[in-house]
Amino acid sequence: MSRSRSPEGGRAIEHTTTVVVGGGHAGIAASHFLSNRSIDHIVLERGEVANSWRHERWDSLRLLTPNWLSRLPGHRYDGPDPDGYMTRGEVVEFIERFAAVSDAPVRTDTAVTSVRPTDGGYHVTTSQGDIRCRAVVLASGACNLPTVPQFADAVPASVEQLTPFDYRSPDQLPAGGVLVVGASATGVQLAAELRRSGRHVILSVGEHVRLPRRYRGRDVLWWMYASGVWDQRHDEVDDLTRARRLPSPQLVGTSERTTLDLNALTAMDVELVGRFAAVRDGCALFSGGLRNVCSLADLKMKRLLATFDEWARTYGRDAEVDPAEQFAPTRVPDSTRLQLDLRSGEIRTIVWATGFRPDYRWLDVPVVDEKGRLRHEGGVVDSPGLYALGLPLLRRRKSTFIHGIEDDAREVVDHLARHLAVGRSS
Amino acid sequence: MSTINNGVNVQALLDAREVLKGAPEAAQFTWRASSTWQNGVHSTVTIQKFFGLGQEQAHKTETVFSADHPEVFAAEDNGVTPIEYLLVGLASCLTAGVASVAQNRGIQLRSVESTVEGNHDIRGILGVDSDVRNGYNDVKVTFNIDADASKEEIEALVAQSQKRSAVYDALTNPTNVTVEVA
Repeated sequence: MSRSRSPEGGRAIEHTTTVVVGGGHAGIAASHFLSNRSIDHIVLERGEVANSWRHERWDSLRLLTPNWLSRLPGHRYDGPDPDGYMTRGEVVEFIERFAAVSDAPVRTDTAVTSVRPTDGGYHVTTSQGDIRCRAVVLASGACNLPTVPQFADAVPASVEQLTPFDYRSPDQLPAGGVLVVGASATGVQLAAELRRSGRHVILSVGEHVRLPRRYRGRDVLWWMYASGVWDQRHDEVDDLTRARRLPSPQLVGTSERTTLDLNALTAMDVELVGRFAAVRDGCALFSGGLRNVCSLADLKMKRLLATFDEWARTYGRDAEVDPAEQFAPTRVPDSTRLQLDLRSGEIRTIVWATGFRPDYRWLDVPVVDEKGRLRHEGGVVDSPGLYALGLPLLRRRKSTFIHGIEDDAREVVDHLARHLAVGRSS
Repeated sequence: MSTINNGVNVQALLDAREVLKGAPEAAQFTWRASSTWQNGVHSTVTIQKFFGLGQEQAHKTETVFSADHPEVFAAEDNGVTPIEYLLVGLASCLTAGVASVAQNRGIQLRSVESTVEGNHDIRGILGVDSDVRNGYNDVKVTFNIDADASKEEIEALVAQSQKRSAVYDALTNPTNVTVEVA
């Protein structure tokens, strides 16, 4: 690293070869492989290591993957409970430990406010000064901002609205009913927790991914891992755009290893309604198509489990697992409510569990499409020397899971090293 | 896959999907129907022209639909009831979807039959009880499909056809409707 006076005669501009944006598990994995190759770099972190896990998630959140899958390059879970699921605090500790073991050059409290192309590289502006570099790895995460539909503006002011970024625990909500919108991992977890707090909970369900927590005696994610489904590469997937948009599966990590699908929620007296389609005259309007989104999810789950069965049969693994299992179809009420008067007081809060998106407002490089998605091919962004990690199905189905970062980070850094080498020789 | 034929040109649809990805303005269609009151509760509705792919388009021929109400409604029954036209739209849209998805998935269809039932409490339209809605309370579609496919594959065809159906969407989701006097 070196410093030079900026052309403007202001603060010194720092020089390094590679800047990694984000000090979560993805950024530190990038740092691990950059260090292995002796590539000079800095990891910039707006807050603390594992910041989102510390400050932007709810209290009861646990990892969806069991502890034995908590594997990062050069660092893995070695505690007494391989089948358990880490709490939020444990995840923070695990990633902190990873940063320490990797000796990653992380600069905390350093927010990146701009990345723009310059001759032969990028100019990075941060809250702590300017940096020139030849390559940038975007590891700032896939879930920086909650996605909330436009019609949220039309919700009457008497109803409090929260996103998973604001929500911490049921205590924080006003007394009364809650409408949880979205039935991915976030939505089903929050609906269950709010119902257990004694509240009337309505869950609005659109397209979703149903999974049992366990299948044939094993964690369903063991099947994803062992059968190789998770290793499926981005260039092998039929409809990549669709696969990258897939919501997170209806899973929760608990010591009882319980399934948290819609049937489990119905058994807890959570009321299911269709997709939240609009607000009209103070009323929430829900789709009448709940039955079909449930059929789609049931059929997809069945197909996935059949893939596992076939794998077990083909590779002679039937003996180490229980016999094949069937799950009851999702029980959909004969008729679901199509509207809910939001002014009636029946519900006092709406929790929007309608997804997250990355924040690239600071990225002054024309690589973001009209839908806010980064244009990249397996993490190689459409601008020389710019790379990404930690996005859905970046290179493989496992890309956004903790253990999925190692292969991605290794390959992306390989590409980055070749880019640097070509740059030097020309 | 190329040996099966349900008569759907899936390649053309897939090509259109690619083209329209980069040209969303060409994907804007306007469908039109023109109605003329005849007498009583009988009207005729004609359909021929529509707009799409950036220009005026037309069906090969004009189609005239007669809409009336049955004799139990004290009407002359010159045609089907307006709300029955919704069933026509739903059944034909889902059936088109089944054929298209089957073609795309390489499934040969031998027969596709369906019945559509809409349960309607007419106390709504008669103003007997303001708590009863005017439209259908529920609609049920039952498919009978004979194809070279497993039961689950057929269920998946029907599920996917609902997922991509214009009429299913128009019936299950709210739509902004403006009615004005010119």
